[in-house]
Amino acid sequence: MSEPTATQDLIKGADEPAVNVGEVQDSRRSLWRDTWDILKRRKIFWISLVLLIMFLLMAAFPSLFTHKDPEYATLAKSMEGPSSEAWFGYDLQGRDVYARAVYGARTSIIVGVLATLATVLIGGLTGVLAAYFGRWLDAIVSRVGEMLLGLPYVLGAIIILGTIAPAQSNPSKTTIMAVVIIVLALLGWPIVMRIARSAVIQAKHQDYVQAARALGAGPLRIIFKHLLPNSLAPILVYATITVGSYISAEATLSLLGIGLRPPVISWGIAIADHTSYMRTGAHALLFPAAFLSLCVLTFVMLGEAVRDALDPKLR
Amino acid sequence: MKASAESILEVRDLVKHFPLTQGIIVKRQIGAIKAVDGVSFDLHRGETLGIVGESGCGKSTLAKLLMALERPTSGSVRIHGKDITKAKGAELKRMRRNIQMVMQDPYTSLNPRMTVGDIVGEPFEIHPDVAPKGDRRRRVQELLEVVGLNPDHINRYPHQFSGGQRQRIGIARGLALQPEIIICDEPVSALDVSIQAQVMNLLERLQNEFGLSYIFIAHDLSVVRHISDRVAVMYLGKIVELGTDSEIYDSPTHPYTQALLSAVPVPDPEGRETRQRIILQGDPPSPANPPSGCHFRTRCWKAQDICAQQVPVLERRPGSDHPSACHFAEVRDVVNAQ
Repeated sequence: MSEPTATQDLIKGADEPAVNVGEVQDSRRSLWRDTWDILKRRKIFWISLVLLIMFLLMAAFPSLFTHKDPEYATLAKSMEGPSSEAWFGYDLQGRDVYARAVYGARTSIIVGVLATLATVLIGGLTGVLAAYFGRWLDAIVSRVGEMLLGLPYVLGAIIILGTIAPAQSNPSKTTIMAVVIIVLALLGWPIVMRIARSAVIQAKHQDYVQAARALGAGPLRIIFKHLLPNSLAPILVYATITVGSYISAEATLSLLGIGLRPPVISWGIAIADHTSYMRTGAHALLFPAAFLSLCVLTFVMLGEAVRDALDPKLR
Repeated sequence: MKASAESILEVRDLVKHFPLTQGIIVKRQIGAIKAVDGVSFDLHRGETLGIVGESGCGKSTLAKLLMALERPTSGSVRIHGKDITKAKGAELKRMRRNIQMVMQDPYTSLNPRMTVGDIVGEPFEIHPDVAPKGDRRRRVQELLEVVGLNPDHINRYPHQFSGGQRQRIGIARGLALQPEIIICDEPVSALDVSIQAQVMNLLERLQNEFGLSYIFIAHDLSVVRHISDRVAVMYLGKIVELGTDSEIYDSPTHPYTQALLSAVPVPDPEGRETRQRIILQGDPPSPANPPSGCHFRTRCWKAQDICAQQVPVLERRPGSDHPSACHFAEVRDVVNAQ
């Protein structure tokens, strides 16, 4: 680049920003397109993506990962430790721990992901609407949310689940999963609502929203183009952590006998079944817990990578 | 460009009171902040009307009312005879094409997650009939060139630009719909002095090129004098004096204008020694409870009984050539006084 003359300098502005000159300029760019370009270069994104695909495969086709039957029990082998025959050992009933961990992925991931999705959708929608329109809508949404937040989580779940699906009843697998997902989302959305609401209220008073209104932008454009992209980061971070906490919340409900119950196989049930055998047979607890932790880590890493890529300032 | 006498914006008795409420469940109005309290003026085609006043005098609220971002308590803002304060929906959207805004803070007025191309192109997406879809990218690049930015920087994000460059992006966005009126709400007060001059020169060049009319809001008197054809001085929600720049700066008649002008720094050290500074007593009163009669009387050295009883009208007074809202208006040259 040649030295600009004084007049050019006056027109172009005093200082040019220091950005790589070789930037691709041909195609029209958008936030999502740029986000993808950034993600492609992040190692943490690829690691978490590979892990996520592995877990999704495990949930969809568990037989790819093990030939053993998770239901087949040999009581003689109860709590037997890891061996060449069964790498992760046997559980209390003498079932293969590895096979049960593989088969448990489906239920745990479905419950964790669907409950999170429902929580984020309900909480995000109510939070954005409450913040954007304010007044009586905000008052109603906020008060309802506070009421639900005031209710202790486990107590709320016991009351709802105990009424719909009491411990003695024998609901079908899909019914009980659906009920657990609904209960988790119902008790969890106020937190997302509060995060979304405060983020949107903060973004709403920025000058660029005023500028968009002055241009004649309608509420939909303002919400989707201006408010959401600028309030997504905290919601995304919370959501990825929530996947993990919902998988363990499902375990808590199983432990209490009101959540998922056998013959459903899930990490939560496996953990709940073996917490009292920690000293004698840690392996039966350790391996499902390790699967759960790795799965949670996957979602957290993925969420963090996406959040960083979404913020142009962090590039 | 010479300002013609045709007025394209007529503001009449504009009032904006923000209610002060008390109570949690049953809200009761206990008073009102009188941010804008009866403002009237005309804006002619191709002219720049400067509006000066100290912080909190209602300048920014006035800008929001003109942009229909706030609804006034009463009064009207007519653009080509149509009242924007009463327009709704599609009509309001169409009227917005004629009046655009440049904001004060270039750091918060651009969405950090949109590229420059998206920011400057947004007006075309909201008003698709202004530019056909395939043409938009070229139009955006043209606009960037007009405001003195490199059109190749269309894919960059606002944080990659300096304050002055960001303000140029904001100006490009304001120009996109080819409005006749641009409201500049302190467009240079967040910038360095050296950059201020560049942005002001750009605004003047654009005015000549496109025949724009500006309402230029600022608290910096020298900036306003540089760019304005006429100047309105505001105090506590009212215009106290209105005139051409030489009428206001060389022969101010309202005591508040005189006090304001006497505070302008004088570059001549000798003049600085001899000139008179008018130091006002106290702070501006609360706009929730302004003084009766003349709002300025509590800080005015000329105040008499009549000032508390009668609101002085903004009109041409004897011995002066421009309107002033003071019962005792008289010319006093404070800038050139020895």
